[in-house]
Amino acid sequence: MQRQGWRRHQISIGIGVFAIVIFLLGWIEMARPLGFEFSDVTGGIVGFDTLIRVGLLTIVVVGLNMLMGHAGQISLGQAGFYAIGAYVSAIMTTRAASRGINVLFPGVIREEWWWWPWLMILAGMVVTGGIAYLIGRPVLRLKGHYLAMGTLGVGLIIFVLFREGGTFTGASDGVGSVPRLCIGSFEMWPRERYYFLVWAVALAVMWLSLNIVNSRVGRGLRAIEGSELAAQTMGVDIEKFKLQVFVLSTVYASIAGSLYAHYQTLVNPTPFGFVGSLDLVIMAALGGLASIWGAPFGVGIVYVIKEVLRARLQTLLRGAGGEHEIIIFGLLLVLIMIFMPQGLSYAAGKAFGWLRNLSRRERKNPIDRLTEKAT
Amino acid sequence: MAAMVLLVAIVLYLGHAKGFGPVQYVQLILDGVRGGSIYALIALGFVVVFNVTGIINFAQGGFVMSGAMLAVAFNNVDLPLPHALQLALAVVFGVAVTTVIGALVERLTIFPARHSHTLTLIIITVGVYIFMQGMALLIWGANAYNLPAFTTLALEDQILRSGGIMLKAQSLWIWGTLAVVLVGLYFFFERTLVGKALRACAINRRAAELMGINPSRMSLLSFAMAAALGAIGGVVLSPATRPIYDMGLKLGLKGFIAAIMGGMVSSPGAVVGGILLGVLENVAAGVTRAGFKDIFAFVVLILILFFRPQGIIGGGERGVEQ
Repeated sequence: MQRQGWRRHQISIGIGVFAIVIFLLGWIEMARPLGFEFSDVTGGIVGFDTLIRVGLLTIVVVGLNMLMGHAGQISLGQAGFYAIGAYVSAIMTTRAASRGINVLFPGVIREEWWWWPWLMILAGMVVTGGIAYLIGRPVLRLKGHYLAMGTLGVGLIIFVLFREGGTFTGASDGVGSVPRLCIGSFEMWPRERYYFLVWAVALAVMWLSLNIVNSRVGRGLRAIEGSELAAQTMGVDIEKFKLQVFVLSTVYASIAGSLYAHYQTLVNPTPFGFVGSLDLVIMAALGGLASIWGAPFGVGIVYVIKEVLRARLQTLLRGAGGEHEIIIFGLLLVLIMIFMPQGLSYAAGKAFGWLRNLSRRERKNPIDRLTEKAT
Repeated sequence: MAAMVLLVAIVLYLGHAKGFGPVQYVQLILDGVRGGSIYALIALGFVVVFNVTGIINFAQGGFVMSGAMLAVAFNNVDLPLPHALQLALAVVFGVAVTTVIGALVERLTIFPARHSHTLTLIIITVGVYIFMQGMALLIWGANAYNLPAFTTLALEDQILRSGGIMLKAQSLWIWGTLAVVLVGLYFFFERTLVGKALRACAINRRAAELMGINPSRMSLLSFAMAAALGAIGGVVLSPATRPIYDMGLKLGLKGFIAAIMGGMVSSPGAVVGGILLGVLENVAAGVTRAGFKDIFAFVVLILILFFRPQGIIGGGERGVEQ
């Protein structure tokens, strides 16, 4: 189906508009027009830091969208792949670089190699994709609940391996003092620069995914979601398609993990456990499982809720570090799944269409409306 | 078979390196059976719900936690009652309230979405679990609590010793409970009309409906039963481990693994699966590192999903098709 006129460039236009919004938000933080900071815009609830984190997780959630919404394959272990990216970057730019490889081959990796961390992001992608490829074939044979449990198991195994990895992964303390990313002598820091980097990657990932979804492969994936048997009958190589989209989603997670490691400069196992994977599923579900455009909004809403709750509930609750949001999230997840399983973006689109129809109807004369009803 | 021999050889080798004798192995296995019996109780809940509704209820772990926490809460209230009576009432309270919660969960979340995609139902039950854990955090905070041991009515349990092997008296309570529950379930499913209706629903929902059985009521009943089973598991376990708001996650997952090992549709399978899983992970963790304990359960899960998705006991072909 070839789209006509401007619709042919719909994806690029959408990404362009999104990029302008992202740029404006970054510009507000950098230039401080009229002397107000970014966090003032939102009443001090959402800081600039949150925007960067939203960008990071958008990358992961877009992958999850393709996997769950388009191919219909659930993953409850995505945080595990996010962790692999983060740990590969963190270990290879700190410990291995200084201790492992340099002990064996002194002076092989030099401080002035600014491109080494970037190479390690690629290495993380290769490692993650490779692991996903190896375990993907047997795991993706599973269906429904079994797939959910299989991916959950894989995610938890990865998590425990990092937590129990001794000095190599730093156990529960993790790996600290990860260097910042640089291009030549241009450091990707202060935060504003990193913000643009993260969102550039996020937009690229969205653009790529939207194009995949609107291609032959995307149609094949949707056929799998509808019915694997029917898709197979129509000549879709379902094993290959499922595996490809799974590997792609984990590679996205790995990129985000690497970027997270260089942003946080400290990687420990805490954010990569079961709750981390669940958060990702909630974000994907909120934005709409099959909606790539919904991803940044799903992530954003979850973060806003988290920040608000953290600010408001801290005094209300005893003990417990930073888990207050789960009360609302559980409820939210259940309500969304019952009442609008296609997510907020779908509901918003529907509401928009309804409003448009409403205004169109106003313009028609009553007789037309009657005949419309009759037909 | 060869894999089994290899496994035993690896275990013995690792155990030898740690200087383990027969006493240590018996101890590990005994403790494993205790943990496994709890998994078995939880797995039974999974099986009941799956058989009747075709849903895997990831909120099962939440029922375990809620049973334990409610019992603790009741026991901590100052009442002019003898300790034994209050503890008994606390147990009943924990199980009864959790049963009601189970029924509510079915009516409020599963029932409205009963025609949804499997993916949706999975996410809903996961959401219910998170909500329950969140509520527990809100009510009880992040502290671990204590429930007195059933034998001594104190925090220190009586320990039976024999030839270097130690056994907490609570283990006997756990095994006794499992036995009573199994006998009870047997009579319920074989001898009562409601139990037979549930079984009919499990065999063929459509046919059961044509015979005048209300499947919606059976679904409600199965969730209530699963909640009760989970809560019983949570309550008898409480004196041995300290109940905390997030205890349900691991227990629920391991109960599920046990159910899968047993083929997902078979109650005896679930019990065997649970005990086997408990022993396996305890021995494996014993000869390697305690921190690895959770990995073994999931390695077992993944191996089973890959090689014998119908369960190691067999008879679970129906479960695979779902």
